[in-house]
Parts: sequence; C-alpha cells; structure tokens
Amino acid sequence: MITATINNIQVEVPEGTTILWAAKKANVNIPTLCFHPDLKPGGQCGVCVVEIEGIPGLSRSCVTPLGEGFRVRTHSPKVMNARKEIVEMILANHDTDCLTCIKNNSCELQGLAATLGISTVEYAKLAERLPIDRSSVSIVRDPNKCILCGRCIQVCSNVQTVNALAVNHRGYDTVIGTAFSAGLGNSVCINCGQCVVHCPVGALYENSSVEAVWQALHDPDKFVVVQEAPAVRAMLGEEFGMPPGSLVTGRMYAALRRLGFDAVLDTNFSADLTIMEEGTELVSRLKSGQKLPLITSCSPGWIKFMETFFHDMIPHMSTAKSPQQMFGALAKTYYAQAKGIAPEKIVSVSVMPCTAKKFECLRPEMKASGYQDVDYVLTTREIGRMIREAGLDLKELPEEEADDIMGEYTGAGTIFGATGGVMEAAIRSAYFLVTGRELENLDVQPVRGLKGIKEAEIDIDGTKVKVAVAHSGGQARALLQKVQQQMATEGKSEYQFIEVMACPGGCVGGGGQSWGSNMAKRARRGEALYEDDKARSHRRSHENRSVLAVYEQFLGKPNSERSHELLHTYYQKRSPVDGKVINE
Amino acid sequence: MSLVRNHVLLSIDAGTVMAGARAVEKALVEEIAKQGLTDEIAVLETGSVGTVGQGVVMVVYPEGVYYSNVTPEDVPELVEEHLLKGRPLKRLMLAETPKQAVITKEKAGLLKEQPRIVLRNCGVIDPEKIDEYIAEEGYMAIGNALTSMKPEDVLEEVKRSGLVGRGGASFPTAMKWEFARRAPGDIKYLICNADEGEPGTFKDRLILEGDPHKLIEGMLLAGYAVGASKGFVYIRGEYALSIERLEKAIAQARDYGLLGVNILESNFSFDIFVMKGAGAYVCGEETALIESLEGKRGHPRIKPPFPANAGLWGKPTVVNNVETLANVSEIIRNGADWFRGYGTEKCPGTKVYTIIGNVATPGLIEAEMGTTLRDIIYEYAGGIQGGKKFKGALIGGAAGAFLGPDMLDVQMDFVNLKEYAAVLGSGAILVMDEGADVVDLLQSVLHFFKHESCGHCAPCRLGTAQLVKLIDRIAVSKGSREDLNKLLRISDVMRDTSFCPLGQSPYLPISSSIKYFGDEIGARIR
Amino acid sequence: MTTENTCNCAEMQEEELYPQLDEVIAQHRGKPEDLIMVLHKAQGIFGYLPKKVQERVAEGLKVSLNEVYGVITFYNFFSTVPQGRHSVKVCLGTACYVRGSQEILGKAQKELGIEVGGTTDDRRYSLDVVRCIGACGLAPAMLIDDDVYGRVKSTNLVNIIEKYE
Repeated sequence: MITATINNIQVEVPEGTTILWAAKKANVNIPTLCFHPDLKPGGQCGVCVVEIEGIPGLSRSCVTPLGEGFRVRTHSPKVMNARKEIVEMILANHDTDCLTCIKNNSCELQGLAATLGISTVEYAKLAERLPIDRSSVSIVRDPNKCILCGRCIQVCSNVQTVNALAVNHRGYDTVIGTAFSAGLGNSVCINCGQCVVHCPVGALYENSSVEAVWQALHDPDKFVVVQEAPAVRAMLGEEFGMPPGSLVTGRMYAALRRLGFDAVLDTNFSADLTIMEEGTELVSRLKSGQKLPLITSCSPGWIKFMETFFHDMIPHMSTAKSPQQMFGALAKTYYAQAKGIAPEKIVSVSVMPCTAKKFECLRPEMKASGYQDVDYVLTTREIGRMIREAGLDLKELPEEEADDIMGEYTGAGTIFGATGGVMEAAIRSAYFLVTGRELENLDVQPVRGLKGIKEAEIDIDGTKVKVAVAHSGGQARALLQKVQQQMATEGKSEYQFIEVMACPGGCVGGGGQSWGSNMAKRARRGEALYEDDKARSHRRSHENRSVLAVYEQFLGKPNSERSHELLHTYYQKRSPVDGKVINE
Repeated sequence: MSLVRNHVLLSIDAGTVMAGARAVEKALVEEIAKQGLTDEIAVLETGSVGTVGQGVVMVVYPEGVYYSNVTPEDVPELVEEHLLKGRPLKRLMLAETPKQAVITKEKAGLLKEQPRIVLRNCGVIDPEKIDEYIAEEGYMAIGNALTSMKPEDVLEEVKRSGLVGRGGASFPTAMKWEFARRAPGDIKYLICNADEGEPGTFKDRLILEGDPHKLIEGMLLAGYAVGASKGFVYIRGEYALSIERLEKAIAQARDYGLLGVNILESNFSFDIFVMKGAGAYVCGEETALIESLEGKRGHPRIKPPFPANAGLWGKPTVVNNVETLANVSEIIRNGADWFRGYGTEKCPGTKVYTIIGNVATPGLIEAEMGTTLRDIIYEYAGGIQGGKKFKGALIGGAAGAFLGPDMLDVQMDFVNLKEYAAVLGSGAILVMDEGADVVDLLQSVLHFFKHESCGHCAPCRLGTAQLVKLIDRIAVSKGSREDLNKLLRISDVMRDTSFCPLGQSPYLPISSSIKYFGDEIGARIR
Repeated sequence: MTTENTCNCAEMQEEELYPQLDEVIAQHRGKPEDLIMVLHKAQGIFGYLPKKVQERVAEGLKVSLNEVYGVITFYNFFSTVPQGRHSVKVCLGTACYVRGSQEILGKAQKELGIEVGGTTDDRRYSLDVVRCIGACGLAPAMLIDDDVYGRVKSTNLVNIIEKYE
C-alpha cells in the first residue's frame, strides 16, 4: 500500500494506483478531457495535471502512479492556471458553434470549460475549416470539432483492432482520419460506432435518419412500422435521465405510438425467429459435423469485420440474417399480406443501439421482399431526440403493449442484447430441437457477463457441445486466431458454436447508445435484460406463439426454402486494405 | 606507413565531398604518379579534420601543413612545389591553423597537448580501414574487458569516471546501464541515438564519418556491461556518408570477429544494426526513438515504465548518444582516473562542440569540460568573424539558452551552466556578432518547434502554433507588450504541462532572449 | 530511341518498378516493425510513395493502410507526391535561416516556378525545405539529391541547380 497526501488529506491506495484514482478517494475530482475510464490513458490533453512537491513541472494524474510520501496538490494556483490556459488554447482551435452542435449540453469540452470557469479566450483563432467526412452511411466525422484526444483511435485500434482511423500528419497539422482522407466509407471501418460513443465532443456522430423518418411519419400515404432492438429497452431511459439499466419496454412502445408510427412491433420477435433458424442450422451442422464451428451472424459490425479480416471463416458463418433484417423481410411480405397493406406503402423503421445497422440495411442483398427490407435505422440517441422533439418525456408515459403479429417475444429474444445472449437463447432451443425435451436450468451462467472470451460446455443428451463467446473486435480476433490455429494443426476446432458481437458488452454497448457511456453502464443494461428474461412467461424462442404462427401460415418450417429466400443471406470477401468487396 | 616520405591526408566528409574532394583526390593520385612519386607519397582519406566551410581540405605530413579550398587545377602546382620541391604552397595554406585542427598524433611527430578523447582518431586515421583503428589501440578496451573484466567491472569503471550523457540530458551513463542491467529479462537492447537533429549540431555526424569503429567499440562495451546482445544505431536518414561508413565499419568488425557470436572467443555475443531515421526531431527523445525503431510514428511514450525496464519491444533498453558511447573505450582503456584528469571535478571529461555563426572558423572542436566560452570562441574558433564585437550566443541548439555579452567567461559544463539557467544541451554554439538580430533567431527557433512538434499533446501542438503567431507579429513590429508577455506565459505553461522535452523547450530560448536582449526585442514592439 | 513528350510514361515507368517493390516486401513480409525501413526502400525505388505502393506495403507487412499513411505523413523524409528527378532542399535550420536561406528559398521558388513541396511539370526538380542538415558551418546550405552545397548565394543558385539534368 502507498500512503500519501492529496490536498493535505491522507490517502492509502494499492501500489500502482494513479493519482487521478487516488484523488477520488480524497473526494477530489481532478478535471480530465482525453481520459476515459475504459481506455488506456494517452496523456494527450494535459488537463489533469497536478503539482507534486519536489517534482519539477506538473504531472499528468491520469498516468502518474501515486508514490510513497507524495504530497500532491490538485488545485494549486499553478495547476489551475495551467489547466485554464490549455483549455483556452483548445477552445481557440475548436469549432465552437455549440448551439447547433449535436453534442450541445452533452459535450465534455463544454462541461470542462464551464467547470474551469472560462469566460474569455485570449488566444488567436487559428483553425482553418476542414471538410466534413460524410462518406460513411453510418458515421459522420467533423475534424473541425476534433480535439485529438485519441480516444477514437484507442478504441478502434486497440479494443476493436480495426485500425480504420489513424493519426495523420504532424504537429499543428495533425488530424485524425483515414488514409489519403478517403473517408470512413472507403475504409476498413466496420461501422461499429465505438469511436462515436467514446468521442468527448461533436467530432463523431451517426449519419442521422431523423428527418427522413419524420417525413415518413407525416406522410398520410405511408404505413410506418417500427421495430426496436432488444438492447434499446434497457438504455432508452438514459436519454431521459433515468438510471442505466432502467427497463422501459412499455413506455418505449407508448412513445413510439405517440410519435405516429402506424404499427409498433418488436425486434425481439424476430430475435426469437433467428433462434429458430440459427438453432436449426446448428443442429444440422452438429449432426453432419460439417463447417463447424458455426458462428453467429447478428452483429453487422462483426459481419464486416469477418468479411474484411477473416475470409476463411465465411463458410462457418450462420447464413441466418440478423433479427433486424429478418424483421424487415417479413414486414413487407408476411405482415403486409396479413394486414392487407401494399408493401410499397410500408416504411420500415428500426430503432437500434447500433450504427452498423445503418450500413446493414443498405447492403444490396437485403432486398428479399422485393423492396429495401429496412428503410431507416435510428439509433437510441436519435429516437430519444425525436421523442423530446415531440414534447414527450418517457418517464411520464404509461406502459403499453406492442402491436400484433410481430410484437410478441420471449426471454430468449430479449437477452440478444447482451453478450452471450444469443448463445444462451440458442442453447435453450437447440437442446429442445435435438432431444425433444426442455432444458431444465435455463440460466447458462458461464456465457453471461463482461469477461473477455467466455467458454462453456453443454451436454446435449451425452453429446458435448463446446461453445465460446467473444464481444469486441479484439476479442473476436483473438478467438478466431485460436480457431484458425486449431484447424491448421488439428484439422478442427475445439468449439462447435461461437457467438461474436462487435461491441464490448454486446448490443447494450453498441455505437448507438447514449453519450457518456462506460463499461459499468453497459453491465447494468445487460443485467436489466436478464431480469426481463426472468420475468417473461415464456423464456424459450420456440415457445413464441407469434413465431410459430409465422411458420404455420407463411414459412413452413425453419430452414425451409422460403425461409432461406427471406431469412438467410450470404457473405463476400472484402479487402483488408480499404474494406471494398473483392470481386472474384 | 613508415616507408613513405610524405602522407597527404585528404579530409573526406560531407562538406569536403560537396566541395569536390573526390575530384581533387583523383587529380592528386594521377599527378603523383605522373611525377613518379607513387612510392614516396601516400594519399590517405580521413574524416573531418575539424574545419568546416573551407572547401577541400588536406594536411601534408610530417610538416603538418594545412591546405584549404584546393581545386583539381591547383593540384599540379601543389605536387610540384610541396611534394617534389618541399616548398609549402603559401597561396593555399590555411591562413590561421585553428587549434582544434591540430592533430595529436605521436607517430606523425606532431604531438600537441590537446584534450582529444572523442575525436582522438578523427582526421588522423582512414575511417574506412579497421586496421588503422586497431593500430591506434582500437578494440583493445573490449579485448581487455572480455578477457579480464566482468560486466560489473566495466560498469563500475564508467561509474567512477563520472561520464554523463552527452546528448543533452546529462544523465549519468553508468546509472542508466545499471537500471537496465538489473531489470529482469534475458533479452536487452542497446540503442545508439544518432538522430542528431538539434539545429546547429553536427558533431555526431563527424564522429561517425571520422571514426565509426570508436562507436562500435563503445557499443560493444556498453552492451557487455548492460547484458545486451543486440545494438541498434538509429541514424539520421540524411547522413548518407555516415551511414555508408558505419555500415562498412560494422561489416569489417564482423569479418574480424569483433561483432557476432562469441566475440574474441568469449561468451559475449553482440551485433549492431543500422536503422535510418526518416526526419523527425522528436525522435531524439528516447521513447519516441524507440517507437520509431518499432516502425511507428515517433510519438513519445508515457513514463513510467522507463526504457531501462520496458523499452524496445517491451524489453529493458539503454539509449545512449553517439558522443557518450565514443568516450567509453577510452575510459576502459585508460581508466576512470585518467578520464577524471580532464574537465572539472563535478563534470569530468571533454565536450565536443559544433561552433557556428559569426566566428572566423566554424567547425568541430573538443574542449575540456569547464572551458570558458571565451576560450572556445577566441582560442578555438578564431574569434568573431571580421573582428566584430561579440553580442551573445545561443548554446545548446533550439532547445538551448541565449547568453549575453557579459557571459563570455562562463565555464562551459553541464553543472555550471545550470546556475545560469542555461544548458550545454547538444553542444551547439551559435555565436552572434553585433549585427545579429535576436528576434530573427528566436523566430527561426519557434518556427522550428512548431514544425517539429509531434502533435500528440495539446500544450505543445497548440502552444507552438500560438508562439509562432506571436513571434511573427513581433518580428514585423506589429506585436504588443501583451504579445511578449503571452510568449512567456504560454511557453511557461508548455514547460510545465508538455508531454515530452520538445514542448518543454521553447521556454528557455524565449526567457533567456528576453533576459539578455529584452531592450532589443522591446524596440520591436509597436 | 525516341521519346515523345506526350504520354503518361511516368505512370508506365512506375508500373515496371513494382517487381522491385515486391522483392523488398518479400524480405519483410508480415513484419510491421520494418515499416520505416521498407518505406525508405520503396521511396528509393519510386522516388515517392504513391497510394498503390502504400497499399502493397500495408498488405505485405500486415499493417493497416491507415497506419502506413500515418507513418508516412509523420516523417519529413517521405513524400506522397511524385518527386522530380532531383530533389532540391533548402535548409531552414537556425544557422542557415539567419544567414538568409529564406532568400535562397524565395529565389528557388521563383526560378523553378513551384512552391515548397512541389515538382516541376517536367519532373526534373522537386523543391522542399529541411530543418538543419548538420552543415551549419556552410550556412546557408542546400541539398541537391545527396550533394551538399554551402554558402549558397541567390546569384549562383541557378548555376548550381542547372547542373542537374
């Protein structure tokens, strides 16, 4: 243990604790800007500096471990002056059109300037305007707002191992961006949006569909259906000041109905449907022993990651579409028929915790219905904005139900939103599909939680099925490299089934979540989904009556020809240099 | 060497080569052959003889006559007059033989008491011939060390010598080695920092061009003391001749079994690899250099961990400057006590300076630690050009400090200069005569920092840009008193909060220029 | 042999250089740490680092293109625009600066008709600035290819430059 004083208050912390964390023990919040609790600190901004007696200059508290006997001052005149000067220089170089900025009122730089009491900026405005990168269908990058804190690169390179963004040029000309300023849309970017949720300012945000959706809602000739991803119900409350992990399913339905959506349905329904398709696929591959391990395909960030960096895994991928796209394909076929609505009149909107879904819905192959299956994807943040624009406060709304015939869901569908959830849901149903009996203990604990790579072995009537779960690009890469190695040396992998989600924590940690997120919030949202699961009357996908009805009335049976046509897809190799499809 | 009557030592360095040294060499050899003197006169290539800007320079031994600005057209006359008839050609003789150019070489019969440790062989031996280095007792120190000294003994000897880093930071060399030696791990690395980028500094370049084997031997000894088996020389990409000579020297050393496995039949294995830098001043900072060696952008790393514990590829690593390592073989061969005979009690040894600006003979000199600035300028560099008045000097490159006219008698060493809020830094001395413009100089320095800031941290990236904005305004007499205050204020904050020494540096030239030349700068204020 | 001055021969000649690049890459395949070394060699072959070269290097060394580009744009030495047959570099280091290298640079820009970082239309010269080449004793200094020129005057600048065909 290290004993030292911070502002004359004695603290005792384990060796290696940084001054920033140690100060919290003394109830002092040292202001920070580039620091993010989930990322390795880079020391870029210099805002968190403190004075340590006997050490010349000021030290960055985010990276300096507290030493034995240190006498630290976090708010001495020298420190406070230095912080102000730095932030003033940053402001002088920042596009300060705060009122019209997407981050207005949630910008960390804005907050910091207020905390430090900065009233004027004495420095010359130096910045030249740079073009905004709108090349990506998912993410917009505005370099004029960028403060070069490096968080986006940290998360893109070290957590996701995508390396779409890099620091380019040098010194005052330094910019963060893609090679040759080609833009994110012409890069290996997987659209996961982790850069967006880690950006402290308004330099990264989603390519918004809010205006387009308002237009559809205001068009009397359109029939606008909406689906909401499992994770959204566990995070939308945060947009309205509710604590992370608040489950707002009923209020969410009520809000969407009040916005004018003609049918409020649920992606959880199609999550159950996905399990029917993917579970059946798993059972048949287990029987044949072919193309194992089977790998899940719900996460569009993960799909592009795999297509770009793991070409040899394409045959292992489940051909089942993601719940969003299954929903979309059915909305303009099954639903349209059942409700007697012309499919060309249907506008299919989804609400997702995800930015990659915007890319997924525009993939050219996603037109199984004969139309673009999903027309617009809104992130959780965007729908929050729309609800506020409509003068509604989610907290005050009543709890309502989803509309039929694509609104019912089971506990298995809802846990899709947390890492390990698809795996757990699939196990529940696969067990039934193989044995004809129900799995007794439905809680598959080893695949839950935020541990890096999770493994479990499931006994299905004497057949041992080894499964693994990875969340984040980096962990997926590590897991798949292991699989590659096993296949190269032993001819097969120890795993039969693998779940991958592109974002840390799964969809509850997606690129469409509320600003100011961190792993602790992601964890609480995941827990909320497991509580939702526990409270459902049905917890297995094959018990979803609406799903069973689709098969009876429309698809036949899982993996039928019609299912394949509407609910399954294919993958293409992409260049690991620029992410473009390789035409062979 | 003893059979020939005269030796002509032709200085081959980047400066003389550009002035046509190769053409002169060719003409010389041909003319000597034409006169039938081939057996009597030996033409030898050597590195820099210490002069700069004097065109093609050669020295004829045993007389020790210096010729400068020699052209191929001069050669027939020179050969006939001096080498055939024995009459030195006055017309081409260097007007005033600069002190630093006098070569201390007993064999040449030219013994002059000069403190030459680092540059002992520069300009004396042919740097492209390992045998000539060996003839000067080269590789004797590593031979002794491997046969009769433990690595700890080498470390102890260097510790006793009081050698501190010559790159600018003046950190005790042996202590650096000891940290890395004690750090756990089997694989350790030694890096020689030859990415000389401090404006006005070219000493490492001339050491590398003039005596590359001395660096190799120093690296061998350091590697032995630290427990490293691999050494890297990170060298400026622009130093084409240095790279060529060093690579040649490494190849020769490998041939002689002085690099590679089980050197001199000991258990010690060590090899050296040359890595070309790509032009970034910040790579002089050791962690940025390590990043660059790993193939990345040269951004400084967070410390701790320090390189001694986790450096190149996360392994314990020592980074030493060229000049520092060039001292080591002399210390081991002659002993720490001998080394301490030079310089001052607190700061033993010598320092190699590059002296430029308004002096009569700019160039490379080696002087004892503690030599006064006056001696360096007036004794070694021939005084101020054109007999003008000394106005001041910028010591230590861009990251250094200005000294005013009343500072001529300051003793130049790491410890003493600190008392005057100045630094020795890399050893660059830019001398100003009364006509020099301090604002111009400061403007150049601040532009340099802006251009070389790596951009990683906000205080340096934004601060250097603001400083340039301010000095540009002041330079055209459009600045205000407030602008001048801002220069100080920003650079002060930068000194306290920048991530690495680059951003911490502008304060010194700014504050010292205002201290000594405040009136002159003030006169430019609107 | 006759050459016509109309074609895109520069690009065609470039195509013929790729086998050399592939040879270099083969020696460093899968070694991200050799990136700077490989870029040095690649620039030695092509005279600059066009996009296609960067892509090949990225692929060969298993580095992302963005990292390659990030490294190239960090170091002064690397260029992403075509270079002339001869590179003219004026030193703006402190010693040269105070001895009037700005004037030399201005003259060079005027004579060559290009800005800093530019290449003449006939691809004969590229113009750049360097920050101290360690030839301070010769200030103001200039570098043409690997040759150092010291004590350059704006009056003899043209003579020096014209020696390079």
